[in-house]
Amino acid sequence: MATQEVQLNETLTHLKTESETLKTKLEEERAKLHDVELHQVAEKVEGLGQFVMKTRRTLKGHGNKVLCMDWCKDKRRIVSSSQDGKVIVWDAFTTNKEHAVTMPCTWVMACAYAPSGCAVACGGLDNKCSVYPLSLDKNENLAAKKKSVAMHTNYLSACSFTNSDMQILTSSGDGTCALWDVESGQLLQSFHGHAADVLCLDLAPSETGNTFVSGGCDKKANVWDMRSGQCIQSFETHESDINSVRYYPSGDAFASGSDDATCRLYDLRADREVAIYSKESIIFGVSSVDFSLSGRLLFGGYNDYTINVWDVLKGTRVSILFGHENRVSTLRVSPDGTAFSTGSWDHTLRIWA
Amino acid sequence: MTIRTARQDRGQHFRPRMHCFKKLEAIVVEMQDQKSGVKGSEQKLNVSTIPHVISKDVIAWIANKMKSTAETLVFGTMLVAYGYIYPLQNHKKLVMCNDASLYRFQTPYFWPAQKWVAEDSDYAHYNHLHELLNHKWDFIVMQATEQYAGKERKKPDRVVFDCQERAYWIVNRPPRRTHSAMDVGPERLIDPNTDENIFFQQAIMRSKVKSSVSLGLVKYITTYKNHDPFLAPCLPSNPWLSDNDSYWNLNMRVDAPTKMRVERWSFSFFELLSDLRGRDDFKVFLKKEFENLAFWEAAEELKWGTASSMSTKAETIFRTFLAPGAPRWINIDGRTMGLTVKGLDHPHRYVLEAAQTHVFLLMKKDTFFRYLKSPVYKEMQKKALNPEPHNFQSQLDQNAQNRSAGIHPIILWQQEEEEKAKAAAAAAPIDVKAMMSKIDRKK
Repeated sequence: MATQEVQLNETLTHLKTESETLKTKLEEERAKLHDVELHQVAEKVEGLGQFVMKTRRTLKGHGNKVLCMDWCKDKRRIVSSSQDGKVIVWDAFTTNKEHAVTMPCTWVMACAYAPSGCAVACGGLDNKCSVYPLSLDKNENLAAKKKSVAMHTNYLSACSFTNSDMQILTSSGDGTCALWDVESGQLLQSFHGHAADVLCLDLAPSETGNTFVSGGCDKKANVWDMRSGQCIQSFETHESDINSVRYYPSGDAFASGSDDATCRLYDLRADREVAIYSKESIIFGVSSVDFSLSGRLLFGGYNDYTINVWDVLKGTRVSILFGHENRVSTLRVSPDGTAFSTGSWDHTLRIWA
Repeated sequence: MTIRTARQDRGQHFRPRMHCFKKLEAIVVEMQDQKSGVKGSEQKLNVSTIPHVISKDVIAWIANKMKSTAETLVFGTMLVAYGYIYPLQNHKKLVMCNDASLYRFQTPYFWPAQKWVAEDSDYAHYNHLHELLNHKWDFIVMQATEQYAGKERKKPDRVVFDCQERAYWIVNRPPRRTHSAMDVGPERLIDPNTDENIFFQQAIMRSKVKSSVSLGLVKYITTYKNHDPFLAPCLPSNPWLSDNDSYWNLNMRVDAPTKMRVERWSFSFFELLSDLRGRDDFKVFLKKEFENLAFWEAAEELKWGTASSMSTKAETIFRTFLAPGAPRWINIDGRTMGLTVKGLDHPHRYVLEAAQTHVFLLMKKDTFFRYLKSPVYKEMQKKALNPEPHNFQSQLDQNAQNRSAGIHPIILWQQEEEEKAKAAAAAAPIDVKAMMSKIDRKK
């Protein structure tokens, strides 16, 4: 009916203008409290010296683009997944492949190592997250014991175990995140609020361990309460898709990497962005970010095949690393901070220290 | 009649991931400026002379524009990989080399951000002539004109045109087993319909603090500075650098931890608890006052456990820690106790949250500091190892050959589970009846 349409349009415009006014008011409130930038606060901190970071291991074995990787708590093993459906568990120290699984789908964009070291989770275009218990018996067929845990209505973009092997947190192209019970496959909590694909997530390293942050194609980074499913904080300063989010080691801040070629740092207590890591000469998107153990260094993997290392406090780039022959798709620092690993579309993984 | 292909659309219309293309195009246009751009010249290639050929000057121009030399070669390679510049020799390798290699700017017609798609039908045309396709008219006509007028054109123009077209197809249909910059991930969906207004209203209400609270970040960095392997050397050595895994072995759940590790326990209660060896030491200190930590551990097990184990765990916790006269009764305030016991009627994984936080804060603010001043901790500090830094100058190759496999995490996990089970059995509330009947049977 014509009149109904007119009414609907009016409501929409009204909502839009209300949304804009509220947004401006929120920015004003945030700006009132703004007194110093992070690099000003950090003026007295001494600068960093020269770094010698090189590739210490190259892991070859994937037949196609490496999309994701995760470290085991033992600080030397990793799990990686690729476009052709292969998930491989390596002892990165010796470069031996220990387990390999072939998923029934391509583009396995998410994989995670269980805290106990006894299982791995992975998923991608199959819209699911499955858990494979690992075995000491090399001949055992891991696919036989596979457990299907999460079910989304679109691709799985990221997954992570919580503090135990019993729960998994997932994010998906269907715009939601969800918490699942591994044993039963039951959905424990779902998180709605992103307006487009959710591409990444990270759990807070806090004493309570009850929050996590997610980033999506709607350029927003949202912080969620795992108990209630509510979005408790939201940040929208990026100009394009947010490909990666990672908490600062203390849990009081987090960093994000986006297709707009910048990395940004958000302080959770000040509720605002406190630093931007960018250069005019860097115009290709960031696929993945992670902090060094103390939080002083921020490592970013970029789509122009390089890795940039940033001084978190001063906001300057301290190093640029070359080596991969295609875009760097994933980057994680090891649990004890002794090295970081990168995975790339050039089919290899590299360990840097 | 239109022909549809089932192939995924590789066009550049609405792809936020190719955000960089706008910036790239702007720079390429600048590079071709008559006055301030890159200078081209005529070069002889095989038998013909090609106009507007560029070489290493591109790299110098980029370095000047970006005011940085670190990534000029990378940036140049990106321009070639995406097809804005193409190499005249060695045309299959899409990289920029800092030598005498020759390049040309690609005609804008073939730039990657054009609206039309590089379809298979076009590729077929490139190889063989096919019937007319309505939506490819421009391209067909252009090709046809070239072919018809080709003989009249000067050889260099023809060579140039062939090069341009060939370069376009190398970028969009990369040869097998090569990496292509034009690869994209799976399609991302965008649907911008939200109800954000409630969220903004709440956000405005929420209290905020001044940005100088970011001092906390500086403080954290300063505290952990010497423990960051990228900033200070690991003792005895970083396993990835020396190929020797002593560092990992020394930091397992060993009797004698290292000095750095013991120092780290003093940074925060959370650090002490997170390191299982630290937790062991804390338990030694607690001796009899053990119930708070045991309750905290049990509450963690409940929070992160399987959904099916919830009610049994809740019951055990009630009997052990909360019931009147329980063997490990925890001393929490009446209100919290009341809320918790009531919640246990319908147990869920966060039912112990209030009690757990209370107990945690108690330990963090009181017990932890007493621990740091206690003889137990001071003994540990004295006993702690300070490993000598390794000096593997001549031995590095040998180390690389003999990398040890370490203990598999599955084995470690099984060992830990066994220990936990033993400890739980020893600490379980004593069943008096069973004890009495055992004694009776012995008699």
